[in-house]
Amino acid sequence: MEGDIVQMGAYVGAGLACTGMGGAAVGVGHVVGNFLSGALRNPSAAAGQTATMFIGIAFAEALGIFSFLVALLLMFAV
Amino acid sequence: MRPDKRRTSDLADEAKGEEGGLVFHPMDQFLVKPLFGDGPVGMFTITNVTLWMALTVLCIIALLVLGTRSRAIIPSRTQSVAELAYGFIFKMVEDVAGKEAIKFFPLVMTLFLFIVFANFLGLLPMSFTTTSHIAVTAVMAMGVFLLVTLVGFWKHGLGFLGIFWISSAPLILRPILALIEVISYFVRPLSHSIRLAGNMMAGHAVIKVFAAFAAVLAISPFAIVAITAIYALEVLVSFIQAYVFAILTCVYLKDAVSDPHH
Repeated sequence: MEGDIVQMGAYVGAGLACTGMGGAAVGVGHVVGNFLSGALRNPSAAAGQTATMFIGIAFAEALGIFSFLVALLLMFAV
Repeated sequence: MRPDKRRTSDLADEAKGEEGGLVFHPMDQFLVKPLFGDGPVGMFTITNVTLWMALTVLCIIALLVLGTRSRAIIPSRTQSVAELAYGFIFKMVEDVAGKEAIKFFPLVMTLFLFIVFANFLGLLPMSFTTTSHIAVTAVMAMGVFLLVTLVGFWKHGLGFLGIFWISSAPLILRPILALIEVISYFVRPLSHSIRLAGNMMAGHAVIKVFAAFAAVLAISPFAIVAITAIYALEVLVSFIQAYVFAILTCVYLKDAVSDPHH
């Protein structure tokens, strides 16, 4: 019985950890949206900044991936 | 530690037996199995990871050696792909990491080609995605991290520590920023490797989840359309993640080769 409660906690925690991915989604959307609004104002400068946009996406996404990792750890490792 | 600790394969067997559950477990595809026989996986066992990594290397050799063999003025399609990949990465290293980092171009090119081919081979049905394992990506990320640290100290000596001391910030903020910078520096290999592995694992698991739903008659047309759409997305993600891995390598290398007190 005790073990079941621990397991339930791990699964509930894994589900809760996935809410962190929503934050990463907001962050990535914010980066790309701002890049697009800037690019439409000055299309000639946009091509040189796509690399910067991808770096920004990568950093915003990293934290969402961490929450995914926490969920996986709770599911399979704890 | 959970008392009844179970392995992924046990979970998979359980999922198969459940009534109304998935036909196969979506994480089944990431199991590392010996290629010959059923023995335990040791350090030198030939597994499916070994096979697909070898295939990845063979594909890269095929593209670069066979593609550039004729050296035609008007390139064939294979030669065009090889030249485009070379030019694309060369320009990226030059733009992002700077002119001094151009001697690290072979490293970035190798990493990019390995990851992009491993990701694309992993999209073939019944194949194995080597980059979905943290063990594989962590080796590459740790290699980049150690290289950046060693090159930084070799080039600048103790002055390399200046990247943690941001001289453009107000003096009172600098110790706090230095702490944050140190933490973010040491978290780099973790985020660098987990980003790639996590994206690959999550994407392929989603494809498999929809593939399992295709066996349920009521929603199978929806599931098949969804697999097609997600597969197209995964092709894009496979390329973008390889690109992101390579570009972050360049960003980190820039810290090592450029002046830390800019």
